[in-house]
Amino acid sequence: MGSLEPSGQPQASQPGTSPAGKAGGKAGSKAGRGGGAQGAAPSGLHAASKAVYPRQIDGRFRRLKWAIMAFCLAVYYITPWLRWDRGPFSPHQAVLIDLAHRRFYIFAIEIWPQEFYFVAGLLIMAGIGLFLVTSAVGRAWCGYACPQTVWTDLFQHVDRLIDGDRNAQLKLAKAPWGLAKIGKRLFKWSVYLAISFSTGGAWILYFDNAPTLFHDFFTGTAPGIAYSTVGVLTGTTLWLGGFMREQVCVYMCPWPRIQSAMLDEKSLIVTYKDWRGEPRGKPAKNSTVPMGDCVDCDLCNAVCPTGIDIREGPQIGCITCALCIDACDSVMTKLGRPRGLIDYATLEDTERERTGQPATPHWKLVWHARTLVYLGVWSAIGAGLLFALGIRHHLAISVAKDRNPPFMLMSDGDVRNAYLVKWRNMEDRPRHMVLELGGLPGGRMWSEDMGKAEAARSLARTVAADQTEPLRVYVVAPSGTAEQSFSFTLRALDAEGGQVAYTARFDAPAAQP
Amino acid sequence: MSEKRIDEATNTETMGHEWDGIEELNTPLPTWWLWTFYACILFAIGYCVVYPAIPGLHKGSEGTAGWTSRGSFAKEMDAAALARKPVLDALAATPIEDLPKKPELMAAAVAGGRAAFKVNCVQCHGAGAAGGVGYPNLNDDDWLWGGTLTDIQQTLTHGIRYPGDEQTRMSQMPAFGRDGILQAAQVQDVVSFVRSLSGLEPKGAAAQRGAALFAANCAVCHGPEGKGGRMVGAPNLTDKIWLYGSSREAVTNTVTNAHAGVMPAWKDRLDPVTIKMLAAYVHSLGGGEAFAPAAAPAAAAPAPAASGAANGQP
Repeated sequence: MGSLEPSGQPQASQPGTSPAGKAGGKAGSKAGRGGGAQGAAPSGLHAASKAVYPRQIDGRFRRLKWAIMAFCLAVYYITPWLRWDRGPFSPHQAVLIDLAHRRFYIFAIEIWPQEFYFVAGLLIMAGIGLFLVTSAVGRAWCGYACPQTVWTDLFQHVDRLIDGDRNAQLKLAKAPWGLAKIGKRLFKWSVYLAISFSTGGAWILYFDNAPTLFHDFFTGTAPGIAYSTVGVLTGTTLWLGGFMREQVCVYMCPWPRIQSAMLDEKSLIVTYKDWRGEPRGKPAKNSTVPMGDCVDCDLCNAVCPTGIDIREGPQIGCITCALCIDACDSVMTKLGRPRGLIDYATLEDTERERTGQPATPHWKLVWHARTLVYLGVWSAIGAGLLFALGIRHHLAISVAKDRNPPFMLMSDGDVRNAYLVKWRNMEDRPRHMVLELGGLPGGRMWSEDMGKAEAARSLARTVAADQTEPLRVYVVAPSGTAEQSFSFTLRALDAEGGQVAYTARFDAPAAQP
Repeated sequence: MSEKRIDEATNTETMGHEWDGIEELNTPLPTWWLWTFYACILFAIGYCVVYPAIPGLHKGSEGTAGWTSRGSFAKEMDAAALARKPVLDALAATPIEDLPKKPELMAAAVAGGRAAFKVNCVQCHGAGAAGGVGYPNLNDDDWLWGGTLTDIQQTLTHGIRYPGDEQTRMSQMPAFGRDGILQAAQVQDVVSFVRSLSGLEPKGAAAQRGAALFAANCAVCHGPEGKGGRMVGAPNLTDKIWLYGSSREAVTNTVTNAHAGVMPAWKDRLDPVTIKMLAAYVHSLGGGEAFAPAAAPAAAAPAPAASGAANGQP
């Protein structure tokens, strides 16, 4: 045992060196299967998954995880029930993705389909935000806020509540199927199902008026798509959160692969400081070899929700949830040694610390060039979106010109062009608007619901709340008018006002020679 | 032919044949796969029995289910017809005069008419209903036989100068030049006068001579002022729309040889509801006339719009 090299190379897979057996019930064969790839049978496409029974631990990061989990779940479940007064013509749900009427409502913001770039912008911000977080604090998304992590954590708490802590779970897993075990399992799985159902059930509330849909759902009168969506999401939550768990992170999720490309020696990761910990374990009797701080208690492994050994170094299975830091800190405190044998650190800093230099404070690590670039891009997009949101019009006009025929002559020699003009009122109330001709000397217009005799240079209409009103408009200009551009201006006549213009084309016959 | 043996490397039986030292391992399909094959074969046999599948010389097998793609198509068409039936029934029950009072029905009629127009009318009147030389533009406000809904419906139903329809719109302009009613010089005088009516050329001496000839020969149909007569489909000669062209040559040709455009009667080819929808569509193109026609449809200076709109003159 004294011959271990202090290099931090993986050792957990060497059977017999670990006192894990003493830690209670952890089967040596399991540890061997999980850690070692070499020397195993070549057959099989992947290592068989080993069940993970993380142990309860308390500490600062655990409490942070509690807080973030509570926050995320609260946001998820409460948001659809928030109300927002939008007047008598629009829904009153604060956050509503109204696919049927093609509107997104986010508090005071209403997004129409043609403004989808706002949503696209938000998604891009979310993507770059992930990069930013990764650059600043490593895989914090994976460790704290990813739904897979939050729900897995939730399910693992359920396991501990029903089956007891790690050792009891291990024991129960090995126990033969008896009445007690079947009862416990059925109870646990029904709790899983309840959680999964409420997860899928809350999802649909974002897409329709929540109280109504809630009532309709349980009285069997909700649309079929609501039931199938809840069914699918219940199934996937149960499967991914209840049973797949860390395997989603290790095998299925693309994000860890991207992360491994984004992390460098300047990234904050959960690091086992082998220069301090090795050689690990209890000193052999009469040994004069100085031992490291790691007492090889294996608590860091026991609490890990993805079932890895952080002492093997950075690895894709580590979601940096930092529970092993809590675990190790608790042991170090008990032993009266400084905390932080396992800690958030950069690889660069670990090297510095190894040679006795002081570590860089974390707040300084956050501010490196890459972070600033991401922050800049992220804020620029955010500022751009806010600016666009601030200056956007709440009325809009779109014009489609008749192209066949492009123009035609009236019996009095006037040249007529026809247009489909869409008056768009994006306010939550009906508005009086006027459409005016700009340019086109002598031009007048009328619409399909009136005669040419009433033609004028402006048309007034009332557009219903939150509606687009199509109006066929005929524009005439006196004989001899050359083809030219002119403008339609749509002006709101209420107190708020505002106007938009559209440059249209007026076609006319070529001038007679 | 070598013997079957167990391959050392893979521990699998060989098939027992060998070629230049190459042997094949016996690795049969998984059983479930095999059964899927058998199930497919059974399904294919069943399919051939139930559905038309086996080609013959003149006619394929019919299948016990009696399914045909034509029958399937007919079913879909029946379903579509059933879905449209309420609207079509309402249209059939509504006299065309009452259509403007029912905007939704009118909109449905215009939409249906647009589709029917693309099938039946575009050949002459063009896809945009803009017509061509000899084929009237249906977008404008110039109507030979009237532009109200009922006028258009009448024209559609019975056609224009359509042989075999007793109620067809009928008239015949004499071929003044060809038949020798007017001498060539007189024709030119008439042409000068007619063109001067709409300001295409100044009223000169020829036009003065033509005026007398016009009064004697043409005013019967075209009216003393040349404003035309819808009873006989005589065009208004004072407006700017010329079905056969407004150049001297074109008008000379018209006066000399006359024109008599023909439009088919559609009553034998289209049902009354389709004709009604077509009338609504043509009426909606921008030149349709209301039932109480304004006194002077053309040339009158447009009244400044008094209604609702016009506060925001630029």
